[in-house]
Amino acid sequence: MSIAIRPRTATGANTLTAGKLPRGTAWWLLVVSWVIFTVIFLLLKASGATANFNIVGALFFGTVLFDVLIVVISRIVEGGRKAKDRLITSLVTTAFIVTLLPLVSLIYTVISRGVARFDPMYFGDSMRNVISVGGGAFHAIIGTLEITAAASIISIPIGLLTSVYLVEYGRGHLANGIRFFVDVMTGIPSIVAGLFAYSLFTIIFGPAFQAGIVGAVALSVLMIPVIVRSSEEILKIVPNELREASYALGVPKWLTIMKIILPTSIAGLTTGVMLAISRVIGETAPLLLTTGFTTSTNFNLFSDKMMTLPVFVYTQYSTQGPIPAPYVDRSWTGALVLILIVMLLNLVARLVGRAFAPKFKR
Amino acid sequence: MTATAERPKGIVRPKAKVRLGDRVFSLTTVLSGALILLVLVLVALFLVVQSIPAFSAKPNALPGLTGSFWAYVGPLVFGTVWAGILALIMATPFSLGIALFISHYAPRRIAAVLGYVIDLLAAVPSVVFGLWGVLVLAPFIQPFYSTLVNTVGWFPLFAGPVSGTGKTILTAAIVLAVMVIPIMTAIMREIFLQAPVLHEEAALALGATRWEMIRMAVLPFARSGIISAIMLGLGRALGETLAIAIVLSPATVINVFLLTSQNPNTIAANIALQFNEAQGAGVNVLIASGLVLFVITLLVNMAARFVVNRRKAFSGAN
Amino acid sequence: MNNKRFGSFAAIAVAGAVVLSSSVMIQTATAAPISSAKLTASLSGTLNGVGSSAQAVAETTWAAGFQTKNSNVTVNYNPLGSGAGLTSFESGAAEFGGSDAYLADSDLQTGKFANCAAGTTAIDIPVYISPIALAYNVAGVKNLTLDAKTIAGIFKGSITKWNAPAIKKLNKKVKLPSAAITVVHRSDNSGTTYNFTQYLASQASTVWTAAASQTFPYSVGDAAKGTSGVQSAVQNATNSIAYIDESGAGALPIAKLIVGGKSTKISAKGAEAVVAKSPFVAGRSANDLAVGIDRTAAAKGDWPITLVSYLLVCQQYKTASVGTLVKAYATYAASPAGQKAAAAQAGSAPFSKSLSAKVAKAIKTIK
Repeated sequence: MSIAIRPRTATGANTLTAGKLPRGTAWWLLVVSWVIFTVIFLLLKASGATANFNIVGALFFGTVLFDVLIVVISRIVEGGRKAKDRLITSLVTTAFIVTLLPLVSLIYTVISRGVARFDPMYFGDSMRNVISVGGGAFHAIIGTLEITAAASIISIPIGLLTSVYLVEYGRGHLANGIRFFVDVMTGIPSIVAGLFAYSLFTIIFGPAFQAGIVGAVALSVLMIPVIVRSSEEILKIVPNELREASYALGVPKWLTIMKIILPTSIAGLTTGVMLAISRVIGETAPLLLTTGFTTSTNFNLFSDKMMTLPVFVYTQYSTQGPIPAPYVDRSWTGALVLILIVMLLNLVARLVGRAFAPKFKR
Repeated sequence: MTATAERPKGIVRPKAKVRLGDRVFSLTTVLSGALILLVLVLVALFLVVQSIPAFSAKPNALPGLTGSFWAYVGPLVFGTVWAGILALIMATPFSLGIALFISHYAPRRIAAVLGYVIDLLAAVPSVVFGLWGVLVLAPFIQPFYSTLVNTVGWFPLFAGPVSGTGKTILTAAIVLAVMVIPIMTAIMREIFLQAPVLHEEAALALGATRWEMIRMAVLPFARSGIISAIMLGLGRALGETLAIAIVLSPATVINVFLLTSQNPNTIAANIALQFNEAQGAGVNVLIASGLVLFVITLLVNMAARFVVNRRKAFSGAN
Repeated sequence: MNNKRFGSFAAIAVAGAVVLSSSVMIQTATAAPISSAKLTASLSGTLNGVGSSAQAVAETTWAAGFQTKNSNVTVNYNPLGSGAGLTSFESGAAEFGGSDAYLADSDLQTGKFANCAAGTTAIDIPVYISPIALAYNVAGVKNLTLDAKTIAGIFKGSITKWNAPAIKKLNKKVKLPSAAITVVHRSDNSGTTYNFTQYLASQASTVWTAAASQTFPYSVGDAAKGTSGVQSAVQNATNSIAYIDESGAGALPIAKLIVGGKSTKISAKGAEAVVAKSPFVAGRSANDLAVGIDRTAAAKGDWPITLVSYLLVCQQYKTASVGTLVKAYATYAASPAGQKAAAAQAGSAPFSKSLSAKVAKAIKTIK
């Protein structure tokens, strides 16, 4: 006894699949559109209208054709609502792919051109006494690490404590004022922060004082509002029930914050701090003004100019020597190293967050 | 329980014990907040004090400074805003698309990887974008510019003569857009992921298509987040220094030609390029232009805050 | 008593102290006062210079040589442009400046320079003579010849195409494309621009009506920052031309110039010949060797689009140790060994014997 499982309408059509395009229609329609335009562009090349076969053009116009075709076909078969849905899907996917193109091009360029000098000499030598070939970015890497560490040491405590104040303690005008001014501070252009730090130290220490610490102060002016803003958002999300339970058990407020609220949000806080660090580690403009330009290694934050990696990348590109190629190579390798450092920071942030986050279901 | 009953005499209401730890801690947090205010006051003070001599600067204190200070800053302000708007026009639809793709269209595993990649790209330094823009993008896109000028050169935006190097304001705006997209996408993605799942599932259960579900359940919830993401992107684009300094070929003009080599410069790039050569009143003029930039970004941020605060964001600390 | 709580604080504090103290302990050599009788091998300290990007290659070479001889000295030269060199030297940000344009009379007042002792002023010491090249990047053209009037027309914007009659007349055997000319000039204040515009104002005054200046006077073409920026722009653009110090021209083809009716190739010798004919600027102290370059030089082989780049130094420094360092560095740069090294790397013209002697004498007077 076989039971007819597929429901049948009066006309005998299968209601589950009636009024729908077959599965995979979108995919093969996309391929067909691409093929059509590939053929068109090949014909153009064969007839001599274009110099060479432009695959990007073929794919682009093929995608446009696909968008038009799928919407029209879907409208006919499936009706207006589904057609709109397919249109949005294809637009969203196209947006995604189109945006990936420059980003992939960027990553590819940095990696392919940066590998040229990715050798031990690059990480071990500075540019002291180097005229064209050879040399490395040791002085720049040390400078970046030290200055960013100093900036973090200044900004993280201030930023975290301020966000704690805003979320836990602040109720009145001071809190609103701080919130408003932190917003204002996020809008400080990085070069203005550099100008500020430069003149501040010039007033205190004399004319044209350039040292690592000046750069660290400029960077912390940029980091603090980012940390405050992101930490505030994270701390706000901590449920009130946790706080109330802690108070009910007699835990003083400061211990509640230190032992319960901060650990609960440590994943988000670390992410915010790491994002802030990654944002400033690549800042060039304020460091150009405040830490100066040198070819030798300087470990001292408080005296003499210090080279940093983004400034190194910029100056190797902007002031090339007698033979441009080694300078450009060093510049690209510096860019690659910067990106790798940022990647490492992000990875560490995620691992730390995952290790410390209290285990509850998202 | 009579709340208004008089307390019986002789019973002293116990005072809450103020622990030392609490006092120290709360004082520290207040001091941190006050320190931020102090820093900001210092920055504002420094900017204003150093800008005052700029208004009485003599001509030729800086290259390009021929008349009054405002005649010098005008083209720069125009360039800054113009580049920012161009970048945003290009970036916003793409960011929305990518954020939606990652949060609602992509399979889970890919979405996680993509989220990580976008976060990483948001942190790529601007000098790398500048290098890529001038060494890869400008030569690549210059033939397109030539074609555009030859075909639709009658349209004011695309008028010639075309730049031979490709270092135009459109190229700079594209680089800005590429820089700003990861930042905007990261924020929008977070917001979209926080949309109430129950609403989404309810919409789907009632037979909505995916787009209708997004339109009904996600976008209204995310509206303020989208706006704040756009404003953050605009703020970043307005203040961008190195990428524009490297990519743009500057001139002191106000025009809307996208493809020529006479492009208005932006304030931040101008400061970076001129600061080391400037002296005396020239430095004051540059700092005053920095103040103008600061005011512009401040207005943008305030507008964003205003729009966002009209719809209070979902918050757990109720 | 929660030991864990205090223990974690203590651990962080100790780690922070270790990091900070180690970074303070490792320092660069600090400047120590030296009497002038000590040998150069025991010089130490840091010298900061800012200035001309035309000199950049030469300065890198001299810094490398000087640092190799004196391993405790660090010389930092930042090629931000001649304008930046002057302002940094004035403000005291740099101990010496590099400039392709000599100090103007108005700059020579006493008390204007932060590093100079009271009552003294700064002097110009020529260290670098280099021809300015007209580098171009035109499809299929390897052998371009131009004269002053044509160059003025191109860089003013009145000649816009490569196959314009004026250019065709000078290049009868060359196939010129009908493409538009992309002009590239400096966006920053540049001594190279000053020398170039001075030449055009002198030799093509009917076409080039603007005065000589460090800022490029016309709104034509692309603006690029620094010598490298110009080179990069020309390399990446088709049908472009720029004026650039020869050390920065790299592999780009360089146009020949019509000098005295004859087609002349660029050469360091030609630059040196022009400078040898040029008088020193009158009315200055005996140690200020500013050269008023004779742009009308038209003998065989002369290259009048030349620049002389100077070290801007104090006659007497406030701090004696700084003076000693600057003097030692300038001595090395102007010495035959230094000039030879710079010529090898940057293609500059080494000093003639008489100029070398004069420069050495002036440097000896630096205190």
